[in-house]
Amino acid sequence: MATSNLVRKPAQPPAPSARPARRKFDLREKPQLWLVPTVFVVVVLAWEYGVQLLGVDEYVLPLPSSVVESLWQQLGDDQFWGHFWVTTQEALLGFVIGVGAALVLGTFISQIKIVEATLMPYIVAFQTVPKVALAPLFVVWFGFGLTSKVVMAAVISFFPMLVNVIEGLRAADADKIQMLTVFGASKAQIFRMVRLPSALPFIFAGLDIGIVFAILGAVVGEFIGAKEGLGYLLLQTNYNFDIAGMFAVLVVLSLMGLVAHFVIRLLQKRLAFWAEDTKVIGA
Amino acid sequence: MAIKATARRAQTQAPASVSEDSWIEIDGLDKEYRPRKSAPTLALSDINLTVRRGEFISVVGPSGCGKTTLLKILAGLSPKTGGAVRIAGRDVTKPLPEVGMVFQAPTLLPWRTIFDNVMVPAEIQRLDPRRHRERAQQLLEMVGLNGFEQKYPHELSGGMQQRAGICRALVHDPAVLLMDEPFGALDAMTREYMNVELLRIWQESNQTIVLVTHSIPEAVFLSDRVVVLSPRPGRIAEVMDIDLERPRDLGIMSSDRAGVYVERIRRHFNAAGVID
Repeated sequence: MATSNLVRKPAQPPAPSARPARRKFDLREKPQLWLVPTVFVVVVLAWEYGVQLLGVDEYVLPLPSSVVESLWQQLGDDQFWGHFWVTTQEALLGFVIGVGAALVLGTFISQIKIVEATLMPYIVAFQTVPKVALAPLFVVWFGFGLTSKVVMAAVISFFPMLVNVIEGLRAADADKIQMLTVFGASKAQIFRMVRLPSALPFIFAGLDIGIVFAILGAVVGEFIGAKEGLGYLLLQTNYNFDIAGMFAVLVVLSLMGLVAHFVIRLLQKRLAFWAEDTKVIGA
Repeated sequence: MAIKATARRAQTQAPASVSEDSWIEIDGLDKEYRPRKSAPTLALSDINLTVRRGEFISVVGPSGCGKTTLLKILAGLSPKTGGAVRIAGRDVTKPLPEVGMVFQAPTLLPWRTIFDNVMVPAEIQRLDPRRHRERAQQLLEMVGLNGFEQKYPHELSGGMQQRAGICRALVHDPAVLLMDEPFGALDAMTREYMNVELLRIWQESNQTIVLVTHSIPEAVFLSDRVVVLSPRPGRIAEVMDIDLERPRDLGIMSSDRAGVYVERIRRHFNAAGVID
């Protein structure tokens, strides 16, 4: 923290580490830097040799080495990339639609009392419906193509976002609102200058859950009825007893979620840089 | 300093009849809280006070005597129950653009730089951005925050944040500056330093200041007059002229006369059986 030259403060004791630039990678300060990779290596080795030692069937649990091999094969296959883009498209479209709708509706609900009073019972009721169970219905309504998966992804990412938007827009400090009021701010100005920025950390929490849910929604939609996509590929490998191939697809799906999560984290650090950490509401 | 150059704006907006001697008029003010399910409580009773333009007034009183309530009524944040309150000739029924306020906490917006925080009132009131950016810069220099314009609030100490809060309260050149225990959260040394700073700012900007504080020495050191409120319901127990020459420095507080003032105010508190 910066200290004014006018405000005297007692001298700080020297920092324990004299090299702040290198502290980031100090293994004593952050043991997780070696613990996390170590756990990974140990688990993979145990898996590899455990499977071999116990003679577990490749159809039950494939060797990590076969998974890697299968993954490598898939990545070189144009067909695989076709499936990959289909699922990515479904998830992203659904995410944008679901999250966008939640943003708009959440704003109205949090700002207009009568809208809240009217819609909240329905939202609470609908929230208890297991959304995944709606997938067969969406396939009937919207067909085997892209639309049914986009709808599934949108519906499933909508609710966590909605809850976070509503909560976030209510999270503004009463002190800050009062401060703006004293200086003559209108409701719209208070919304723009305090409520919206205060909601940003919550909105990012909603986006973070939303993107993972959107991928889930797309895959579930593909399970029910599809001719392409990673969910479809997952079923195909399953039918062919290509368990290593299934694992490879699962790895790709996890990586998709991971990348999306990091992109949103990065945006959050840029746009909501003042907030310490996100409080995640409702998953 | 150029700060003074724009100090006439508020006056030109006010009705012609406003006298500089009654810049703030509080006339028979009552405030009663009426909770729906319990008996009403009288927070303020028959407050009468007239403040000259450019005067520095402090309000002291035991906890819960309604001094913050009084300030909130002046700020237009809280409705009055009876009586009249006028600032620069205008009835206070809602927040007036002629008022600036400094709060107990700095209450800066963490997503704005210090400079953009200071600009908040000018932005809200859609005042000429160019002129007010210039004024914001001058104010920040006046409180010694030049070089910190592009920093974010969390990068500054509490005292520096509070100084930015003072700049914000002054940027739209208000007719009256209201301060609600602005230094209560600061350590003793920073607080003394801020008191000296505030006097300097007041002398340079020619503001009318109403300061609520629970520190008797602070009130004596800063003010032209000190208003002592009685315990609830808050009534004016005494309005004391502080006849100490200006400009003042902290040394004046060890003078006999300052000691007499402090003692006299303290006796009000003791008589009420409360020491704040």
